[in-house]
Amino acid sequence: MLKHLFTNPLHLVLVQAGFAAAAAMIVVLLARKRGIHLESETLIAMIRGLIQIIAVGSILILLLRGPRWTGGLLLAVMIVAAGATSARRAKGIPGAFTVSTWAIAFGAGSVIAVMTWLGVIDSAITSLVPVGSMLIANAMNTNGLALNRLRGDVLAHSGEIEAALALGAETKVSVSPYIQAAFESSLIPAIDSVRSLGIVWIPGLMAGMLLSGVRPLYAAIYQFVVLAMILAASGLTSLVSTLFIRARIFTSAEQLILQPGR
Amino acid sequence: MNANPVSNPDSIILRTENLTRAANGKVLVDDVTFDLRASEVLAIVGPSGSGKSSLLRLLNRLDEPGSGTVYLEGTDYRQIDPRVLRRKLGLVTQRPYLFPGTVGQNLKFGPAQHGEVLSQESTDDLLAKVGLRGYSTRNVANLSGGEAQRVAVARTLANSPLILLLDEPTSSLDEASKFEIEALLRNIVLGQRLTCVIVTHDKAQAARLAECALVLESGRVVRMGATSEVLHA
Repeated sequence: MLKHLFTNPLHLVLVQAGFAAAAAMIVVLLARKRGIHLESETLIAMIRGLIQIIAVGSILILLLRGPRWTGGLLLAVMIVAAGATSARRAKGIPGAFTVSTWAIAFGAGSVIAVMTWLGVIDSAITSLVPVGSMLIANAMNTNGLALNRLRGDVLAHSGEIEAALALGAETKVSVSPYIQAAFESSLIPAIDSVRSLGIVWIPGLMAGMLLSGVRPLYAAIYQFVVLAMILAASGLTSLVSTLFIRARIFTSAEQLILQPGR
Repeated sequence: MNANPVSNPDSIILRTENLTRAANGKVLVDDVTFDLRASEVLAIVGPSGSGKSSLLRLLNRLDEPGSGTVYLEGTDYRQIDPRVLRRKLGLVTQRPYLFPGTVGQNLKFGPAQHGEVLSQESTDDLLAKVGLRGYSTRNVANLSGGEAQRVAVARTLANSPLILLLDEPTSSLDEASKFEIEALLRNIVLGQRLTCVIVTHDKAQAARLAECALVLESGRVVRMGATSEVLHA
């Protein structure tokens, strides 16, 4: 219907964005009726996301004409931004930004590097940046989930953790059940995405490839490739993140920093 | 117990010196100094929020003092590996916080942390000591509050601590369980001449269990000495 009303592509896409945002806000308003207040957070996230993606789109136009290293630079900036975003889920844990950034850099960065070297990801900026950003974004989400779960579990089980410490346990022993739970739960979305691929959803990348005329079988297999890379990048990120964040929730004298009411 | 270095320093097993801790802008423990001799039972009493549990946490070094320190057998406890220190200063918390699994697994946890395997015979002996003979294979999820607290005591004793720190061990229990645990502690602590620090808000309990007492108010020591004198002052 919108296509008939708006012939200018720019106008059309802006109106489409408006309707999509309105749909998200309706859900937020429904949640408000149940006492869940996400209005400002969602609104700010959407405005911020829109501005960011327009900015990146504009930068991409410039980069496409630039040397290849600019792609790497853009991905590095994305990694830092992803580290800052997911570290917000670890409120009260000192050094969460540093740990998150390094974990995403290692998790997503190593998968991007190896897969580009193998030729699985095309080193052309038009391919490297979009595929790399997908890996970074998913690594960020996984990292945020892991830190959020770990923070919640440690706060809820500080008594058990300190009981273990009081019995002479090492810090890693005292939090190991919660580290494991954080790692496992953070990977649920990535694993479910692979598991339900093609049955529950046809991802955007594959849909885009089909629309641009790529053979369906090639598009389908490459979508699997991307999701498998996302799983690898997310898993590595969560593994590194939970490993290094563990040391940050204790002092050098093996005292639990993260405690309710502190 | 004494506020100052005493005439018989050899028997002093634990000494706090000007122990102070503040958190969130509030002074929790304020310049606390006392000595504890071997086989002595000291009760720390005071109203809620007076810093009793905070002081016990400092002794176990679950929290770091802002100033002052603790000497364990003459050694500044900051020079002792925290894990070794915590095994020597065995803490029983207000709530038992048992780990998922069986009673036996909970008892074996502490010794396993330094590579020691608690034998089944030792496990059974400890359980007998806390009145839970035959409970080794029971799942901790099926224990009553009183039974769980007994397991927590046995679990701490499994580490053979030099000093037993008890943080309101009966406060979360009903009246019947409270007296059972108290009798059990009296048997263990007094029977074995264990050195013990017990935190309680219950003066009568302090009088029944301890020979000396220290009264805290707003983190400061306001009285200390023989229980009979201090608690009736």
